[in-house]
Amino acid sequence: VKKREIFELKAELNSDKKEKKKEAVKKVIASMTVGKDVSALFPDVVNCMQTDNLELKKLVYLYLMNYAKSQPDMAIMAVNTFVKDCEDPNPLIRALAVRTMGCIRVDKITEYLCEPLRKCLKDEDPYVRKTAAVCVAKLHDINAQLVEDQGFLDTLKDLISDSNPMVVANAVAALSEIAESHPNSNLLDLNPQTINKLLTALNECTEWGQIFILDCLANYTPRDDRESQSICERVTPRLSHANSAVVLSAVKVLMKFMEMLPKDLDYYGTLLKKLAPPLVTLLSAEPELQYVALRNINLIVQKRPEILKHEMKVFFVKYNDPIYVKLEKLDIMIRLASQANIAQVLAELKEYATEVDVDFVRKAVRAIGRCAIKVEQSAERCVSTLLDLIQTKVNYVVQEAIVVIKDIFRKYPNKYESVIATLCENLDSLDEPEARAAMIWIVGEYAERIDNADELLESFLEGFHDESTQVQLQLLTAIVKLFLKKPTETQELVQQVLSLATQDSDNPDLRDRGYIYWRLLSTDPVAAKEVVLAEKPLISEETDLIEPTLLDELICHIGTLASVYHKPPSAFVEGGRGVQHKRLPARAGSGESAESPDVGQAVSAVSDAPPAVIPSQGDLLGDLLNLDLAPPTSNVPPVPSSMQMGAMDLLGGGLDSLVGLQCSSLMVSSVLGGAPVGMPAGLGAAPAVGGGLGDLFDLGGGVGVTAGSYIPPKTVWLPAMKAKGLEISGTFARRSGVIHMDLSFTNKAMSVMTDFAIQFNKNSFGLAPAGPLQVLTPLSPNQTVDVSLPLSTTGPVMKMEPLNNLQVAVKNNIDVFYFSCQYPISLLFVEDGKMDRQVFLATWKDIPSENEAQFQIKDCHLNSDAASNKLQGSNIFTVAKRTVDTQDMLYQSVKLTNGIWMLAELRIQTGNPNSTLSVKCRAPEVSQYVYQCYELILRN
Amino acid sequence: MIGGLFIYNHKGEVLISRVYRDDIGRNAVDAFRVNVIHARQQVRSPVTNIARTSFFHVKRSNIWLAAVTKQNVNAAMVFEFLYKMCDVMTAYFGKISEENIKNNFVLIYELLDEILDFGYPQNSETGALKTFITQQGIKSQLQTKEEQSQITSQVTGQIGWRREGIKYRRNELFLDVLESVNLLMSPQGQVLSAHVSGRVVMKSYLSGMPECKFGMNDKIVIDKQGKGGTTDEAGKSSGKQSIAIDDCTFHQCVRLSKFDSERSISFIPPDGEYELMRYRTTKDIILPFRVIPLVREVGRTKLEVKVVIKSNFKPSLLAQKIEVRIPTPLNTSGVQVICMKGKAKYKASENAIVWKIKRMAGMKESQISAEIELLPTNDKKKWARPPISMNFEVPFAPSGLKVRYLKVFEPKLNYSDHDVIKWVRYIGRSGIYETRC
Repeated sequence: VKKREIFELKAELNSDKKEKKKEAVKKVIASMTVGKDVSALFPDVVNCMQTDNLELKKLVYLYLMNYAKSQPDMAIMAVNTFVKDCEDPNPLIRALAVRTMGCIRVDKITEYLCEPLRKCLKDEDPYVRKTAAVCVAKLHDINAQLVEDQGFLDTLKDLISDSNPMVVANAVAALSEIAESHPNSNLLDLNPQTINKLLTALNECTEWGQIFILDCLANYTPRDDRESQSICERVTPRLSHANSAVVLSAVKVLMKFMEMLPKDLDYYGTLLKKLAPPLVTLLSAEPELQYVALRNINLIVQKRPEILKHEMKVFFVKYNDPIYVKLEKLDIMIRLASQANIAQVLAELKEYATEVDVDFVRKAVRAIGRCAIKVEQSAERCVSTLLDLIQTKVNYVVQEAIVVIKDIFRKYPNKYESVIATLCENLDSLDEPEARAAMIWIVGEYAERIDNADELLESFLEGFHDESTQVQLQLLTAIVKLFLKKPTETQELVQQVLSLATQDSDNPDLRDRGYIYWRLLSTDPVAAKEVVLAEKPLISEETDLIEPTLLDELICHIGTLASVYHKPPSAFVEGGRGVQHKRLPARAGSGESAESPDVGQAVSAVSDAPPAVIPSQGDLLGDLLNLDLAPPTSNVPPVPSSMQMGAMDLLGGGLDSLVGLQCSSLMVSSVLGGAPVGMPAGLGAAPAVGGGLGDLFDLGGGVGVTAGSYIPPKTVWLPAMKAKGLEISGTFARRSGVIHMDLSFTNKAMSVMTDFAIQFNKNSFGLAPAGPLQVLTPLSPNQTVDVSLPLSTTGPVMKMEPLNNLQVAVKNNIDVFYFSCQYPISLLFVEDGKMDRQVFLATWKDIPSENEAQFQIKDCHLNSDAASNKLQGSNIFTVAKRTVDTQDMLYQSVKLTNGIWMLAELRIQTGNPNSTLSVKCRAPEVSQYVYQCYELILRN
Repeated sequence: MIGGLFIYNHKGEVLISRVYRDDIGRNAVDAFRVNVIHARQQVRSPVTNIARTSFFHVKRSNIWLAAVTKQNVNAAMVFEFLYKMCDVMTAYFGKISEENIKNNFVLIYELLDEILDFGYPQNSETGALKTFITQQGIKSQLQTKEEQSQITSQVTGQIGWRREGIKYRRNELFLDVLESVNLLMSPQGQVLSAHVSGRVVMKSYLSGMPECKFGMNDKIVIDKQGKGGTTDEAGKSSGKQSIAIDDCTFHQCVRLSKFDSERSISFIPPDGEYELMRYRTTKDIILPFRVIPLVREVGRTKLEVKVVIKSNFKPSLLAQKIEVRIPTPLNTSGVQVICMKGKAKYKASENAIVWKIKRMAGMKESQISAEIELLPTNDKKKWARPPISMNFEVPFAPSGLKVRYLKVFEPKLNYSDHDVIKWVRYIGRSGIYETRC
């Protein structure tokens, strides 16, 4: 500012005329706004403070707030006026004074502020009280100690019981903010009484006040599901509020408290239904709010897909939507895509792929690929749509299409390879690393079917050093694959690429991989083949899923910036304020097993990247591991696609040793379990039964009576060393028709453990917890608690290897831990497994003889009746008995929880300790396990 | 909470800057200008994070409003607040323009001081604010003690939207049911999505503190009454006329808990005009117009377009302000149009043929045909064929919503429901009404 200007303003400010003074102050404020330095006028402006004119006073205050910090000594000059104003008969002036004083961030002033503030907090006028409440938060920000020493926090707490709802709301806001900087203080001290007060104020205060109160409520953890329900009931009316922020904050409270409600409760279903309409309504708000809503809906859809599963249409993109709304809608469309709506979704996506915005078009193309992977029935249509798009020759469309087709190949091997020729035509137009890498992968993977694969790959090799790392790595692997498939013609090529990678490159990853291949090829080409051409793990259907613990945390932040960024507050907030992690209340061992596979995939024991999830764009490490490295690092031979018993046994053994060695077998087996397994036709979703491990049954001498089965002793499943001091041992038992998992938790750590919860990964027979894990009291150090967890067999099914393998995730306040264990298969033999004789005969004939397997049971000294009784104890029922000479033949049936029947013929020769067992079953790989069962039961 | 609030003109010059929190420095003002206003590309998100500082912005004509924070604030609240801020400013000085903001900057600062305290939004109802923040600014001396306490109790009170002691000689109210009907139709005439978003706007000129009760043909209410009633017939006949409301939201004057439990809409209205409720329906929507497009590419340099519109409502009703917008490719060199009714023009700057019809009765149809000449291009990229959009206004509610009653009770003053003069009007407008071609 020119000196002259300042001089003139000074003169005007000191003018006698009120109007002139006011105009001068206005000019000062205008200069201040545009960033000019007018601090030199401080004394002159402050002199104008003593005035009856409220408008002038406010202007001077505005100036003070801005410059007080740079002129702390002069700011003191204003104190007297403030203190005087705090006594003014007009409540508006009293409030103005206390409001402004709080904004003057000068340490010296704070001392003078205390007395007026104390008075204002108890003022008769609610307007002054609500302003004073916020002022406590201001003062706390400047001098926290002072606020505590002066007892303002207690006064603030008292205001929660104020008769005026707005005072309550502001007090809640102030307390919440102060509490954030004292994470461990029990400042807010929410209890059923205060909650009740808040809920009462909620009905009466302004829209903003409702938001403060709802956000505060969301931090409360109800004592039990009943309290949780009653709060939900009082919060749901807010879903009809015109203010979207009120709605979203209410959704946050409901989403959080819902965690505690039992799923079979009627109210739970009602609540789910009530949530959908307001969420849809948010989409008719202004675009900026739509964006916030969509980011939140993205979280909600991941957490509880059932809420919006029928609302696909509202997420269709409108031509005039801003691009940020379009992209978010597309994301949600992919998540909601299912067999039921796939036709509509595909038609829409095809439409979008012809739009103008490049990012949007790319995402739409990518979405088509995701649909193919997610909904198998649509794969063919998706592929043909993608081919149509490739024909448009629009460069970025082609590249994007190739990237997703690579994933489709991964998901459905040997199905769509006919399109490779079309893809190869576009080789020259690919200029983006991701597309080039994808194309190279395809060429390498299907080298044996592409006649000129060597030429194609060679053409990439020319500019090897100009390629991005992603492409270089991919090219290296592809050429090695090619060499392994066509060794005679490509020796030169492979040597060229190995030397390029190891000698001419300064990228350590590339060099390392080059050396590994080189050594493999030179020492043991067969092993190299097994490693490089190994079956790839299955890719997951869902992509870009937020990791479950983060998702739960973000659910606690619905409506806030964290939910918009999809990042925890600690990622973007400086300092310690408000960044402590929030958690959903525990509904221990919820039946929500749909989540468990993600839990499993999030922590990978062998390779550090999650191998089973499609990496997001540009995730180099994930991509590479995904494509090529995961099988070699795990060093376990892949599951052959047609299962043979011998192979299975071998594998089981190999896996067991791996489990023993690493104690963290979860990922290994998950990768293997997920590897493509050719299922025999007619087997359906639950194909087979695993062999029992020590399922020992005690007949206890009782003849003809089904005795309680013998329960094997507990074994340690999760050693304390691997789980930050938590040791878990356990066993399985079938008691009166219900499967139980008996667990012992031992706390070998120094601190108390709480908040236990359990989840299972998908498994062969859909075992899932039937109720929450009941570890009610906190587990103190050195304490052990025994829990019996009833299991159901209605969870999601995925073939495991071995079949009876169960992967478990246990959570407590410290962390989430994973282990795997094996259950005796006889757990799954149901009580009504006795087949009618006629049916037995017919079924026996019906099952083809190649499904029959024969086994020898050695060293069994039981006669046929004793054997029959003993087996019946484990629900193996004798349907008929035939005696030929000295040989007794028992015809027996067993039914599994998933409805699979097994028929057996047991031949026992008197005096001969060796018996013969023939097993017939439509799922022949089960036979092996049945045999193991017989052996264990009969011998013990 | 909100750390600061800035208003910029289209060039990025600051018109208003108010900082509430210490963690927001002057550089934040510049960061937003450089990274968002002066950024070359299109806005990719209404929330921007620059150096751990988050900026929320909305634009009104060419004015930017930006709220700044460094904390994990309630994002929905910030946007709601920004919209509210716009409403308040509009209520005080009309259109939000650079000139108006510059002329009223003192007032804006005063408002910002009142409605945001330490970044926490406070009462922002214009009705209440206008009682003590005036453009004259000399109120304080004139107020009596009673007036002052009345102001503060209104600002903080349970009925913050209405003051006591309002008197009218004639008690009168106007209800407007304003609906916008949205449609996305495939070229084959299949409805891809359709919904009505409606608003009930009320203008009330009522004395005292009137209790109002609003009733409409909400299916849930009618069905409930039908069940309670004795005859099936009543239920049947009313069932036909009732509509299924997917969801509705209300002005803060409506008692939400009562709506939740009894589904009755009761409230004490603000004085003057306000929006009582918003609602959304998706079932049994009357689509007032059907657009049938026919686009034929004749060689590489010519397009033939034929569009038929059919009106689908009672012949006695008249639709108004009908406008059909037919997009044309970017390389259009000339257009010839023939239409049966109204006027049609090719607007090169908008890349569209705009066909306007002033009025059209129900159950009629009209047609336009156009020949579009194209310049040959090497552009490989295909023309995206934006949808054909339509605008219109009809004198009924496409959702089928009917106002059944609006009862007024004022126990203290002696006027009854019968003395109130009530007016109801239905207007249906096109929202995004598009047919793909």
